[in-house]
Amino acid sequence: MTPPSSLSDANGHRTLTARQMAWYRFSRNPAALIGAAIVVSVVIAALFAPWLAPSPESAGSLVDFRNRHSPPDWDNWMGTDNVGRDIFSRVLFGYQVSLGMVIGVLGVAVPFGVLLGLVAGYFGGWVETVIMRFTDVMLALPPLAMALAITAVLSPNIVNAMIAITLLWWTWHTRLIYRIVKAQMNEDYVEAAKVAGASHTHILFQELLPNCVAAVAVKVSLDAGFVILFGAALSFLGLGAQPPTPDLGTMVSTGSEYLPEFWWQALMPGLAILYAILGFNLLGDGLRDMLDVEL
Amino acid sequence: MLPYLLRRTLSLFFVLFGLAILIFVIARIVPGDPARIALGPLATAQQVAELRADMGLDQPFLAQLGTYLAGLVQGDLGTSLLTSRPVLDDILAALPATVELALFTILLQISLSIPLGVLAAVYRNTWVDTVTRVVSLIGVVTPGFVLAIILQLLASYTVTIFPVTGRIDPSLGFAADVTGLLLVDGLIAGRLDVVGDALRHLILPSLSLAAAGIGQVMRITRAAMIEVAGRDFVEAARAYGIPERVVTFRYMLRVAAVAPLTILGLEFASLIGNAFIVEFVFSWPGIASYGVRTILQKDLNAVIGVVLVSGLFFVVANLIIDILLGFLDPRHRLQLGARD
Repeated sequence: MTPPSSLSDANGHRTLTARQMAWYRFSRNPAALIGAAIVVSVVIAALFAPWLAPSPESAGSLVDFRNRHSPPDWDNWMGTDNVGRDIFSRVLFGYQVSLGMVIGVLGVAVPFGVLLGLVAGYFGGWVETVIMRFTDVMLALPPLAMALAITAVLSPNIVNAMIAITLLWWTWHTRLIYRIVKAQMNEDYVEAAKVAGASHTHILFQELLPNCVAAVAVKVSLDAGFVILFGAALSFLGLGAQPPTPDLGTMVSTGSEYLPEFWWQALMPGLAILYAILGFNLLGDGLRDMLDVEL
Repeated sequence: MLPYLLRRTLSLFFVLFGLAILIFVIARIVPGDPARIALGPLATAQQVAELRADMGLDQPFLAQLGTYLAGLVQGDLGTSLLTSRPVLDDILAALPATVELALFTILLQISLSIPLGVLAAVYRNTWVDTVTRVVSLIGVVTPGFVLAIILQLLASYTVTIFPVTGRIDPSLGFAADVTGLLLVDGLIAGRLDVVGDALRHLILPSLSLAAAGIGQVMRITRAAMIEVAGRDFVEAARAYGIPERVVTFRYMLRVAAVAPLTILGLEFASLIGNAFIVEFVFSWPGIASYGVRTILQKDLNAVIGVVLVSGLFFVVANLIIDILLGFLDPRHRLQLGARD
């Protein structure tokens, strides 16, 4: 798949390898670079929250009534909430919760969805029929209503919210990989591997899977934003993380009780969610252009 | 076409049936006794046992499922624990508010997204394009509830003519009892004050609900228009001296509209599902508000009912879109035929 890595052609002109070409496209795309920068900043905020936060104790159930409802100023960049906790610090810890959710959901849903897609596309026949019909039924379910119902019956907390989102998420990857594998099955290299007597496992994971990586990478980046959105929406309705967990959706929900006077309490965590989603979206779009994949 | 329709309708029942079983199974296998939850910790063991018998919870699981499905076929969704009324009555009472919100939202999406997408394509790589693309990006990445809160803030500080909660000013003393849609019933009754008030109440919730779809459809319209612009028939139309405006709207848009309309259809299908959050923020008395309230109270019959109704809406809307696309694009129709 990778072209030879020589840097000049017969005429001595400098040529670029596929990877260099891709990087060139990415680095000339300002939106993609902004997206990457936002994602990096969110990851750093989450990883180093205990050290970066001006008031790390605000992440828990600290109560400081003297400082409650204080508007954004030099000490509290995003103001303080109804019990006097620093909202900026809570946002940093909130990114830990959000990214934890992304990793938890996609860490299960993507491998599972990809595996089913590979198997369905490769084996065909009744295996394909069973897997793809089931996927179709799952795709026909209204996602938010389903997630709400699942978290509600399982009792609302962050783990159950993640279970609910995971149950609904794998289908998209199954369908994507299924489509790619179906198209690849007619390629010579698959035929060659079969003729050479390669095992099913070898063809599935060594031959077909590498050709799906680009599409999955793009999808995962776009997904990350939507998982954050979904998780925040569930928490906002009181069905995800429970207080005092510094979850962004929960913070918006609690803060909205103090609208419009203490506007920063709902608005700041809301903008923090928007910022993270924006980053993953721009990054995903940039990766799509760079890797030249269609989803 | 006909066999295709039959098969789609059949698979629609299949999906709904699967949905009903799935949600029923999830609701019944979870730990915790629904009767105990409904009565609270102070109820005696005997009261709980009586309610269990009343709800059929003492029956074997399959018998419960059978009873539930048999009731479902007759339109019986059980009784709500929260309101002690039949779930179907509750849902029917809340449905018009949601339908009105959904219809107004899709109207907003169609009338904003496609023209803006065309505009961005016609003036591509100019500031008009840049502005519309930024707006569409913001629409796509802003969570509905964040946008709702921003709009509420704007409404309470600057543009104070838009109310931030409810569906109508109760002091108008108007009950929508013909169709349940305030705009329609207001017009029928000749009460323009009601129509105006209902419109003012509708703007903010439907804008919050519409934004993501507007952004997405705008992007797709723009891409489709640019793609179509390179086709020969466009060049030919121009060569005939057909005015540019006509070429854009009658010739190009007609071909380019298929992709955005598909997405608009999907968007419409998921509107009831997505309305949960927006209704919650704006205290909109619709099915989603009812759903959230009953979910938080673990009122299982009502939860299943709400999910089934939004599922029904979702699959029926998808079916209708498929049929409409068939009329719009003969190739789609041929594909459908070819699959049979």
